[in-house]
Amino acid sequence: MNASNDGVDIEWAWHELVGACRDFFALHGYCEVFTPVMIPAPAMEENIDAVPCQDGYLRTSPELQMKILITRGHGRIFQIGPCFRLGELGPLHQPEFLMLEWYRTRCTHLDVLLETRCLLQAILRRLEESGRLPPGDNHLGLKGSWETVTVREAFLRSAGWDPIAEFDADRFWSDLVLKVEPDLPSEAPVVLTDYPSAAGGFARRKHEDPRVAERWELYIGGVEIANGCAEIISRQEQLQRFQQSADYRRRHGKALYPLDEEFLSAIDRIPPCAGVALGLNRLLMVLLGFKSLDELTPPPHALQVGRSKQIDT
Amino acid sequence: MYSSSDLRKGLKIEIDGDPYEIVDFQFVKPGKGQALYRCKIKNLLTGATLDRTFRAADKIGKPDLEERDMIYSYPDGDQYVFMDAATYDTVTVSGDLLGIRKYFLEGDMEVKILFHNGRPIDIALPFFVEKKVARTEPGVRGDTATNVTKPAQLENGYELQVPLFINEGDVVRIDTRTGKYVDRVSKG
Repeated sequence: MNASNDGVDIEWAWHELVGACRDFFALHGYCEVFTPVMIPAPAMEENIDAVPCQDGYLRTSPELQMKILITRGHGRIFQIGPCFRLGELGPLHQPEFLMLEWYRTRCTHLDVLLETRCLLQAILRRLEESGRLPPGDNHLGLKGSWETVTVREAFLRSAGWDPIAEFDADRFWSDLVLKVEPDLPSEAPVVLTDYPSAAGGFARRKHEDPRVAERWELYIGGVEIANGCAEIISRQEQLQRFQQSADYRRRHGKALYPLDEEFLSAIDRIPPCAGVALGLNRLLMVLLGFKSLDELTPPPHALQVGRSKQIDT
Repeated sequence: MYSSSDLRKGLKIEIDGDPYEIVDFQFVKPGKGQALYRCKIKNLLTGATLDRTFRAADKIGKPDLEERDMIYSYPDGDQYVFMDAATYDTVTVSGDLLGIRKYFLEGDMEVKILFHNGRPIDIALPFFVEKKVARTEPGVRGDTATNVTKPAQLENGYELQVPLFINEGDVVRIDTRTGKYVDRVSKG
């Protein structure tokens, strides 16, 4: 993993990475879609803030618009496009990044995890064949077996408490970053599964234990790369999740977003489905052996000096 | 008060009444989770550094810090008196706070003094001063190895290491931040 970060190598690595994704999904019967980047309302999530733009926002993810396409009869769709998040700037965060997101109907979150493994094999093959990565290397253990750990196990081991039995948002997120993630093996990919439903994004709750969400997160080289879940398919459950997020955001003094009526009126028609969101910048970063996203794309200077503040709308 | 989104390298904050400077700063955030701001901070009174993590909702104290242009007037025992260039107010700074910098003060020297809640906590001298060497042994003839030094003493008793070619009466340039010899200004 010794690609240099000067010259033209990085653009060619991007070219091969995106090309490998497109070929993979085409082979598996997916339709590439292009949903709007400027949207009236981002999904109301507890801790994801959107950049206001004209009368709406720049998307934080293409999730709602892609789910609307699913309700119109698409069975397999994927999208590669820019997403924006307010106030995120650090070695592993940039306010603009390229997201790969895909949805597939009539499957579980574990099916799309398997698909993610196949996708990563295809990406590695392409990068090796095109000379962007040295062949024969195990590349952060991606060619070997992946380890799966439940959130409960990881927390009991590294933080000494069970967030499923008793959820505390502040404690959960800081222990995840400060205690659990540093303890995860970095020489092999790790999949954290079975998140507390309050930390589960818009993942469906487990039928046998509604405290647990059917959601996983993939770490490669110790860096969070992708998250997948079985999607909520009931309007009532989705409204409840939006409401929880809104309460949380109000308590934390964050902007509240309008509800996307088109999405809400469509969600009852959505078939059981699962989806994955994967940060392509971070994936390329770890594959090329970089420690910071800045080595891939320096953020604009203005963004480095004045970090964006929360804006009340 | 600062909010956590104001945090950045170089910002001065207050914790438990002490002023700190953020010397290292990192934004971390799980995809769906809360942002954390991991900082390494340096106590401006003691110089000690420690790790501190702030959450998005935290409010952080803003220290009452003021930097004033002052002029050095005169010593008073181990106290040193400075005058505010604008208001003519005088301020006394202890030799303890100055450390070795007290040997580099000169009449009418322009300095910057940092005040915390009105109390002087740090002082910045010009980076370089020129001082005459009062005492040093003659260099051993023939010893031309570089990086070989010998002790020397200034008129005010400050001791430093100088190259072998420096003689008594030579004027040398000294870095006030490190107290070390830089180069020779003129021969005695």
